[in-house]
Amino acid sequence: MEVPKDLLYTTEHEWIRVEGEQVYLGITDYAQDQLGDIVFVELPELETEVITGDAIAVVESVKAVSSVYSPVSGTVVESNIELEDLPELLNEEPYSNHIAVINISDPDELEDLMSPADYEAFCAEQE
Amino acid sequence: MSKLIFEKNLKGSNSFTLPPADIPEVDITSSIPASFLRETAPALPDISEVEAVRHFVDLSHRAYGVDNGFYPLGSCTMKYSPKINEWAARLPGFTSIHPYQSVETVQGAMELLYNMQNMLAEITGMDAVTLQPAAGAHGEMTGVMIIKAYHQGRNDQGRTKMMVPDSAHGTNPATANVVGYDVVEVKSNRRGLVDLEDLKSKMSPEIAGLMLTNPNTLGLFEEEIQDIAAVVHDGGGLLYYDGANLNAVMGISRPGDMGFDVVHLNLHKTFSTPHGGGGPGSGPVGVKSYLADYLPVPMVDKKDDKYIFVYDRPLSIGKVKNFYGNFGVIVKAYAYILALGAEGIKDAAQQAVLNANYLRQHLKKDYHIPFDRLCKHEFVATAKRQVDENGVITLDIAKRLTDYGFHPPTVYFPLIVKEALMIEPTETETRERLDDFLQAMASIAEEARNHPEIVTNAPHNAVITRVDEVTAARKPVVKWEDDS
Amino acid sequence: MKYTPNSPAIVEDMLRSAGFNSLDELFSDVPEAIRLDRKLKLGPGRSEIELTRELKGLAAKNLNTEDYPCFLGAGAYDHYIPAAIDQLLLRSEFYTAYTPYQAEINQGILQSIFEYQSMICMLTGMDVANASMYDGGSALAEACVLACANSKGKKVLLPDTVHPEYQQILQTYAISGKMEIVIVPSTAGVCDLEKMISLIDEDTACVVIQQPNFFGHLEEVEKLADAVHRNKGFLVMAVDPISLAILKPPADVGADIVVGEGQALGNSLSFGGPYLGFFAATKKFLRRLPGRIVGQTTDTEGRRAFVLTLQAREQHIRREKANSNICSNQALNALAATMYLTLIGSTGLQAIAVRCHQLAVYAARELEKAGLKLKYKAPFFREFAVLLDDPARANRRLLENGIIGGYELEDAMLLAFTEKRTGAEIDQLVAVLGGEA
Ligand SMILES: Cc1ncc(COP(=O)(O)O)c(C=O)c1O
Repeated sequence: MEVPKDLLYTTEHEWIRVEGEQVYLGITDYAQDQLGDIVFVELPELETEVITGDAIAVVESVKAVSSVYSPVSGTVVESNIELEDLPELLNEEPYSNHIAVINISDPDELEDLMSPADYEAFCAEQE
Repeated sequence: MSKLIFEKNLKGSNSFTLPPADIPEVDITSSIPASFLRETAPALPDISEVEAVRHFVDLSHRAYGVDNGFYPLGSCTMKYSPKINEWAARLPGFTSIHPYQSVETVQGAMELLYNMQNMLAEITGMDAVTLQPAAGAHGEMTGVMIIKAYHQGRNDQGRTKMMVPDSAHGTNPATANVVGYDVVEVKSNRRGLVDLEDLKSKMSPEIAGLMLTNPNTLGLFEEEIQDIAAVVHDGGGLLYYDGANLNAVMGISRPGDMGFDVVHLNLHKTFSTPHGGGGPGSGPVGVKSYLADYLPVPMVDKKDDKYIFVYDRPLSIGKVKNFYGNFGVIVKAYAYILALGAEGIKDAAQQAVLNANYLRQHLKKDYHIPFDRLCKHEFVATAKRQVDENGVITLDIAKRLTDYGFHPPTVYFPLIVKEALMIEPTETETRERLDDFLQAMASIAEEARNHPEIVTNAPHNAVITRVDEVTAARKPVVKWEDDS
Repeated sequence: MKYTPNSPAIVEDMLRSAGFNSLDELFSDVPEAIRLDRKLKLGPGRSEIELTRELKGLAAKNLNTEDYPCFLGAGAYDHYIPAAIDQLLLRSEFYTAYTPYQAEINQGILQSIFEYQSMICMLTGMDVANASMYDGGSALAEACVLACANSKGKKVLLPDTVHPEYQQILQTYAISGKMEIVIVPSTAGVCDLEKMISLIDEDTACVVIQQPNFFGHLEEVEKLADAVHRNKGFLVMAVDPISLAILKPPADVGADIVVGEGQALGNSLSFGGPYLGFFAATKKFLRRLPGRIVGQTTDTEGRRAFVLTLQAREQHIRREKANSNICSNQALNALAATMYLTLIGSTGLQAIAVRCHQLAVYAARELEKAGLKLKYKAPFFREFAVLLDDPARANRRLLENGIIGGYELEDAMLLAFTEKRTGAEIDQLVAVLGGEA
């Protein structure tokens, strides 16, 4: 299972890439593997104001469904509409395909996210 | 490949006709303004009666019902549906009565409903029963609405949550949500039963009740049911009985005596009415006396030898369905209960439990059984050994079983057991059938060991091989499109 | 009768081979205190001969529409059912099957559902349909739940020309706190458009309209559709499937969700059930519909195949996040509807719809000639209300004359006409009701 070193992670098996004021958000390799073939991604609407822990997207596979929770507070500034037609991108390259981009309102919240090492340990515990 | 009905169109071959009209055949445009009228007719099939009949007969050849063979679909109680019940429900005195006929003209139907309410109350140990809900999930919704109305009626407004075990059927948490409750999941303990400590820790003034099935979805009797009831009741909650599994204990132990306040039944499981390829069912709801006022309208009552509908019930939750329920289904279940009588009902439960334990004992040679002890009408086996040793999963075993002529068990449910195969033989199976099934399961275990590809590529004898469910869900095609 | 096939000797053998000494031992996990220490009070089991006697006896106490011409409608209709349907429904591969979870051995049932979904789309003009709901009323409630779940508001507006039982069912479902039902008084038997439009606001999740409405009249829908769409709400329609042979498909008047009672399509009256609710919608709702949906796909050899699809919407996967809890539906009734539409065909369905309408028009004229007045003047399809001082008394008189009369309103009787009725029967009806003028 792949856990890139340049990203941050959550206990909900999401990855976060910080670029200035913005965070890119996606699901991890572990998450896509657990879900199986992803068939649909319900994307957040642009301009949605979110607070940490809000469910902002839904990822569906044939036999499972999983919410994507915002790891930060802020405003949704982009949804990856490519996923509308190609949800399988999340299976194929989970770390190259984000779900949404959020403009963060409180950078301190990033402190609560997991490092790659912590996340790997967390996944190991799940087994 | 079989053609769709639309692909069998032969323009002009439908010859349905009406009798000649004995009234003036006025042009509809003279009485309905054109703005309401459609311009082109719907493109329904144009096909002769003989070809239509052949089409559906052909479809039936590619379907599998209880009459085709063993159907150990756990949680679904696929027992034999007696033919006399089909006959009864087709009597013109039952099929050809309008729900709004005056009650004087339908006293036979009313009597049947009234008797049925009483018989189901007796079987469940409840005080009052409605026959209105259309299926199990609909009964759950009705029952949970009654719980909500009860708390509201007592001005107990803080109860916003419903407890549901982690082993519960999906309809339980979904029902709680649909009625507007947040769901609190109660853990199962190592014995596969409700974890009493977890339950106690989660009981609070915010809890409206607990939804439970007994025996539970693992086929295990909740031995501590009285303690569970005490915890819920002492905390001010109510106890809901999902009656999907009543077949195991009818005539032996009644939900009402176990401490349940509300129950629903699945007449299409326990009481033998056929499942129709997905429905119709019927999901009567029984309640204790203190909840009777909340039952839907109308109730059927008897007054001076006359059966009547009672609508004047101010506390009632209202209506959950048009009219009075799935009457045609109720007729079949009524015939079934009459046929069996008190002793037959108990006998059915005993034999159902015997058949399940017989399978469990003999299946464990080849399959892992996570809770291997006395079960009720069903039990859960798994493909753990086959997964670990041969890379053969539950789904493969299910598909391979169809090659042997059996309907597969319920798979991947309950969710708390990995690779679950939930097996419910029901009481209507002979030992010979059960032995045939055991033989097939043993052969599959053997194949998994020596030729796993036979199992992983199954089915081999079906009209199609495995289907591409992923594409079906990614690029849904849910209706026929005319490409011509 | 018993349907348990193992003889006592075999039962003994099985008990022993499973490691038990007695049947009682199989229940040793049931605490003594909650065991039933008596027989159920159900009486003895019956033989098949007794059973037939008893059930025939009950059935014989009901006046039925085979023997009495019936003018009742109000949501359930006495249409002719082609003989082939029941013969086919009795094929037990269909009726004793469970929901087709295992696609490979149930292609026949899956295909029939796919055909059903296609036909519902043809009738309504909508993009997608599910495999059926319990009935018209509960389908309407689920349609409103769906509208609310997909909109910011939670107000459900409907005129009181919607079937009173549908109104009640909606009110009941609203105990969830997720919907707020607002019933708007009608004028002259149809929705008060001006009033309704004035009530539509940002908090409106949907407007519900029944077509034809409970009183049989045709509602003007387009303006409502525009108004509710402007406020980002949805138009929900409850329609009569027979009427769709001649009336504009709901899709053409702006409906977003379309439901209806499907009983009229080949299902017997059966004292109110089992019937089926059909449920169709625009594409936008495809992944949010309640209930089962069958999709077309291929097998590993590339052959066309059918399978239950988009299951991530449903209770067994979404659990406490599911917006509907429906599991079993009315599959066999939907199959009957599919057979009906196949056997009747487009021209047949049109002929039936036209005949129903013509009979209603004829009856209205004859009643007026006999000195009676219709309650409302709006155009109707196959049902209308005729004013009477004492509808209950009129119904008693009709019954004395061998006729099952109409649905009793306070000051009127709602009469329905199907293709089974004849001019001669209507003349009789008018003769009796004329005496009430
Ligand atoms: C345990 C349990 N509860 C509830 C249900 C729901 O019943 P229905 O399908 O009649 O709605 C089922 C049916 O599968 C069940 O097995």
